[in-house]
Amino acid sequence: MSSYTKKDVQELVDGTLGWETTHRMLSMPKDAQRFVLYREVLQEKVDWDDPILLPLGPHLYVVVNADGDWVTQCSCGHEFCDYRQNWKLEALVHVRDSKDELNELYPELMSPDPEWQVYREYYCPKCGVQHDVEAPTPWYPVIHDFEPDIETFYRDWLEIPLPQRGQ
Amino acid sequence: MSAVMDMGGRDGLTWGGASLKSHRDEVLARTRETGHYNGFTSLALKEREPIRYEKIFSRLRGGVVDARETAKRIAASPIVEQEGELCFTLYNAAGDCVVTSTGIIIHVGTMGAAIKYMIENDWEGNPGIEPGDIFTNNDCSIGNVHPCDIASIVPIFHEGVLVGWVGGVTHVIDTGSVAPGSMSTGQVQRFGDGYQVTCRKTGTNDRLHKDWLHESQRSVRATSFWVLDERTRVAGCHMIRDMVEELIREEGIDAWEEFAYEVVEDGRRGLQNRIKSLTIPGRTRQVAFVDVPYEHEDVHLPSMFAKTNSIMHAPSTVEIHKDGTWTLDFDGASRWGWHTFNANQVAFTSGIWVMMTQTLVPTERVNDGAYYGTTFRLPKGTWMNPDDRRTGHSYAWHFLVSGWSALWRGLSRNYFGRGYLEEVNAGNANTSNWLQGGGFNQDGELHAVNSFESAAEGTGACAVKDGLDHAAAIWNPEGDMGDMEIWELAEPLVYLGRSIKTNSGGYGKYRGGCGFETLRMVHNAGDWTMYFMGNGYMVSDWGLMGGYPAATGYRFEAHDTGLRERIDKGLSLPLGGDTDPDHPDYENHLGPNARVKRDQQGMTTEDCFENTDLYLNYLRGGPGFGDPLERAPAGIEADLNGGYLLPRYAEKVYGAVIHQDGDGQWRVDAEATQRRREEIRQERIARARPTREWMREERERIIAHDASTQVRQMFACSFGLSERFLEEFRAFWELPEDWKLVEEDLGVPTYGARPEHRMDLGELPDVRKVILVEE
Repeated sequence: MSSYTKKDVQELVDGTLGWETTHRMLSMPKDAQRFVLYREVLQEKVDWDDPILLPLGPHLYVVVNADGDWVTQCSCGHEFCDYRQNWKLEALVHVRDSKDELNELYPELMSPDPEWQVYREYYCPKCGVQHDVEAPTPWYPVIHDFEPDIETFYRDWLEIPLPQRGQ
Repeated sequence: MSAVMDMGGRDGLTWGGASLKSHRDEVLARTRETGHYNGFTSLALKEREPIRYEKIFSRLRGGVVDARETAKRIAASPIVEQEGELCFTLYNAAGDCVVTSTGIIIHVGTMGAAIKYMIENDWEGNPGIEPGDIFTNNDCSIGNVHPCDIASIVPIFHEGVLVGWVGGVTHVIDTGSVAPGSMSTGQVQRFGDGYQVTCRKTGTNDRLHKDWLHESQRSVRATSFWVLDERTRVAGCHMIRDMVEELIREEGIDAWEEFAYEVVEDGRRGLQNRIKSLTIPGRTRQVAFVDVPYEHEDVHLPSMFAKTNSIMHAPSTVEIHKDGTWTLDFDGASRWGWHTFNANQVAFTSGIWVMMTQTLVPTERVNDGAYYGTTFRLPKGTWMNPDDRRTGHSYAWHFLVSGWSALWRGLSRNYFGRGYLEEVNAGNANTSNWLQGGGFNQDGELHAVNSFESAAEGTGACAVKDGLDHAAAIWNPEGDMGDMEIWELAEPLVYLGRSIKTNSGGYGKYRGGCGFETLRMVHNAGDWTMYFMGNGYMVSDWGLMGGYPAATGYRFEAHDTGLRERIDKGLSLPLGGDTDPDHPDYENHLGPNARVKRDQQGMTTEDCFENTDLYLNYLRGGPGFGDPLERAPAGIEADLNGGYLLPRYAEKVYGAVIHQDGDGQWRVDAEATQRRREEIRQERIARARPTREWMREERERIIAHDASTQVRQMFACSFGLSERFLEEFRAFWELPEDWKLVEEDLGVPTYGARPEHRMDLGELPDVRKVILVEE
């Protein structure tokens, strides 16, 4: 099994890791300690102290908030909702459902026809980062992408304690 | 002594005199009872003699790969020789895969399904199975992906006992369907899909039957490729059979018997371990769509009931269980349709491993163990599990690769969460356009073409790097666009350009790989036809975590181009790429009477092309990852200077402040860009609104049934198949209990919509279907 340093993981997160090491990560069996290092690296990158339980995206995390609740939170500190709920319902959305709106993104003929498909851009209400873009048909329910079983992940799969506040 | 006894009280063909059917039943029963393949709760051979186990595996794996590589080099078809569209797989007597070669490994399951069909339907009794037999199958109703994938299957015997099977498959260039090209559009049922044979005995004593050779050649257009591809397959199968016989001589029949079953359990455990080491227990949801725009005037169909716009719907839930097994559930998928994009359940379940070997299980140890470690739920009557024997399948891949594209996102959320960022992939390109057609070629022969330039699309973005440009296609891990010189030999189509398709990759912090485009001019052909096949009004892949989907497809074709005169007069010609469709340039280099078709109709049927007519083959890009406002300025500069991005989109989408230096090179002002990006974030907040507020408006549109017919038809179709999907839809939008949407109210053709007017394959006399999924 391979092993990597915290610096390697830091560079991976930053997108600056050299290809040789990246390729080793791709081609060799996975390093079991990755998650621990990854979580440490991410925790050091954010400006808040809420312990990260699980990253959901480049700017989206499940964290333990000040009340001890598990919530979905933006890197800017904006708290969306309980981690079991769909954070998109508490976000801002911009729906591109006209030809003009869609053609802002691609040249003529290279974006979808809004009679068939629309784009929904989900932003953080506080910092404006784009967390997700859905491309469904009109009418499509907002998709609840991910419902992780965080407790089983820590307890049974990684066999490590859940992060607590103040650690 | 003949291996096959008479029907009355005969001994069976396989181990201990068991019939193949009873042998398979016992294997399945032991698997069901124990949760381990064939009841193997331990890997006895591997634990007892690990070196020997590995040696046997390596020898078999080396043998099947060697056979594939040899066969590839002797093949005549450019699809096989250039693109590697072939695969060889070794099976145990029960028809479960032991080991497979590289290549189009979707056929691990499809050839296995054919073997299982022969077992379940007593081929042992009639037509009999003997040493030296050759069976041929390309029947989509029992598992094949599409008719152009032809499988040759050879039994392996040891001292009169059937101890295994070997199968070889190639993608042939034509199967005699309604239109030339092997994956044609236009037909709407199986009966126009081309020549299909069902596990037919086509050879004995290692020789192909003459009646088969005569009949099959006159059933297809490109006969030389047909014949040579078959020789390629049979040669490969015989190489592998020889290799297994040699291994049995050296290692003993007992070792083969133990290994051929234990290795499947090893594969099952391998998948479970990979899931546990790479993913997170829980559930992901995703969805994918494909447009089927059949109302258009350039889609000519034999049946008016098929002349309607529709949308393929593939919602999926991936549930990863605590023990590392998983369930893939496609509840809510749309019904099969009157087109050629339907897929058999085995094509779906087996094809997924083509994708998974590029991500979750990138190992040579993929066999049917992975299937036994997975629960598939494919509701009966959906496009991925049709309940009618009339369905067309000639381009099943169109829906398959699009449906799977969403799975990348689900898996990638797991990889991202665990920190395996190098494994994240936003998705796969919609692998089109497929340039197909035929007629009389430059050598005056009746010919068919199917350009496999589509094996090199843009790939999805990763969480640490851009997707690859014009590099690969999900269905063939060896992706290669092929040499222009070879395609010009195979097709009477001269290249006037082969370029990066600008802006085709989805934007993001890391962008999707761009596709490419080739402009082809018909030259030295006669009675030549072509058609387009790809997406146009929709994209099937989405971006991931803030990235955008790739661009959609479109078509450009030109007739009466006047290019002969322009060439004679030395005037300018349309060359290179269709770089900026907002400002099309090809039209500036055509004669005054040129007829140009430039629109989003990415799907057409066979139309005539004269010499000097033009056809743009646009191969799609992949989706992007992350918020585009985080793309590094150096990446934007490289995109601009490399022809991957038009400058105005660097400004609009990436928020880059750009200028050209004295050498004409684009530069990004990093500080000004940072300021501009902060403004754009504020603009986003200003123009957007709370999701729940928007939902209230959308809900009103739903209550008023305010959407295009194709969107309503898609939902009505899924509601009709899944009460659960309807209930979840009603609950999400808080719709009244009496809100409903049924196809009959939409004013569209409903031929085939009523269950009582469908006939499943299993309703044919003397047919036992092989069912490998939860339905």
